[in-house]
Amino acid sequence: MNDAIIQINSPLLTIERLSIAYEPGKYAVQDVNAGIKKNSITAIMGPSGCGKSTLLRAINRMHELYPNTEVVGKIFLDNENIFEISAIELRRKIGMVFQRPNPFPTMSIYDNVIAGYKLNGKKLKRSVKDEIVEKSLKEVALWEEVKDALFKRGTFLSGGQQQRLCVARALAYKPEIILMDEPTSALDPIATTKIEDLLVELKKDYTIILVTHNMSQAARISDYSMFMYLGELIEYGKTKNIFSNPVDKRTEAYLTGKFG
Amino acid sequence: MNAEKVTKYILTFAAIIIVVIAGGMAFSLFGGAVPAFKEFGIKFIFSSEWNPTEGRESYGALPFIAGTLITSMLALIICFPLAFSTSLFLGEYFKGKKIAGILGTLVDLLAGIPSIVYGLWGFYVLKPLFVNIGINEHGLGIFTASLVLAIMIIPYATSLSNEIISMVPDELKEAAYSLGATRREVITTIVMPTASSGVIASYVLSLGRALGETMAVTMLIGNANIIPKGLFGMGNTMASVIANQFGEADGLKLSSLIAIGLLLFLITALVNFLGKLIMKRIY
Repeated sequence: MNDAIIQINSPLLTIERLSIAYEPGKYAVQDVNAGIKKNSITAIMGPSGCGKSTLLRAINRMHELYPNTEVVGKIFLDNENIFEISAIELRRKIGMVFQRPNPFPTMSIYDNVIAGYKLNGKKLKRSVKDEIVEKSLKEVALWEEVKDALFKRGTFLSGGQQQRLCVARALAYKPEIILMDEPTSALDPIATTKIEDLLVELKKDYTIILVTHNMSQAARISDYSMFMYLGELIEYGKTKNIFSNPVDKRTEAYLTGKFG
Repeated sequence: MNAEKVTKYILTFAAIIIVVIAGGMAFSLFGGAVPAFKEFGIKFIFSSEWNPTEGRESYGALPFIAGTLITSMLALIICFPLAFSTSLFLGEYFKGKKIAGILGTLVDLLAGIPSIVYGLWGFYVLKPLFVNIGINEHGLGIFTASLVLAIMIIPYATSLSNEIISMVPDELKEAAYSLGATRREVITTIVMPTASSGVIASYVLSLGRALGETMAVTMLIGNANIIPKGLFGMGNTMASVIANQFGEADGLKLSSLIAIGLLLFLITALVNFLGKLIMKRIY
């Protein structure tokens, strides 16, 4: 057993021997094994090109949109191999927030929030929809700011507001896990703080996996941290342990700013 | 004088020449059209008489305006389903794949075939076919011309809307997929609404091309100076009446042909302007 990698008891999600290649033989992620704790924030950090986003995008099978990508290994969610259920079903259980805020430009704020239902062809009563929209926007602390502009387009909001709208859109369908791919990298410091506070708030109800190239962000808000380097998972443990007492030399070098 | 300035002067000069040429063309069109408009007034646009008999000369542009608008619109309607599905195939379903590259090149090749070749094909293939299956007795007319015109504008409509469709950002599509959407749902609820104004603009611009197309239409429309009687009737378009009659025209008739040219110029300019306007509204 590798003592740089923590074993998670009764994980919600288990990644088993996962490797991902964008070109045959060239692995962007190599042989990653890790469990993800329920109702926690797990940060994946590492220098650019280390495979952290690639790993994240395997969890909701986004790689399948690009046919040349090869994914081998297993990922279990609730003891079910995610590669054996339909990708559509899986993605309804796993929400995603992207690097740059990407609300649907042709939809109103209201429609953006319930886009998950709309896209899945679920017809809801107006009152139910109203309830979901209000609840989701309250969860991301956006309700007060937009409640009078629900039928305006989401693209008129500020970057931070747009990103919170995108979080609300991911939450509305009640996923078990939310994947976040550097959600604050395009935002200013104030908007970043708001999103970080929001994530800490959300882990009560959701399990969050957060890719970040910002170490201090990982230190501030995550419970567990992974450090990846050249496609390998080098170290994985409780955030406070990793930051105070890293096991692997490469983790230490990264955290002390020697590279990355 | 330094090289920077010389370059600037050369470019400015070239730009001015273009404006002068365009202005000169408009001027001579207006000038040439004056006698016809003086003689017939605004009635020129609404009259369907075309009588070159000396002493009783009377010309009206209505049949040709009608012929041009009908064939172009019909061509657009015929072209839409084909061009639209091809552009989705190229810009979304098989974007970046080898097959899309091959198909895209073939579609562009269609755009490179000279108009007269389309006309010949229509005349020697479509016309006898239509006669054999009994659509009408001579195989020529509005429908034959529109069908060939549709094939001719397919490449423009396809490659313009393909470009617009492939411009829809991946991050929007990924966002929709991440919410559990299927491919069809992504296309209908994300790709199409996002690309719609651009796609509409590309069809308007294709319409602009169809309006002025001359050779193939002249060979297939039947060249009857009447308002077309139905889909399979004969007719004439603004471009083809000019092509057919300019050689033996003088005096009032020549002026009337030039006036038709001016009207065609205005209609085409208006359609292109509309297309560009819609195009600008993207995102």
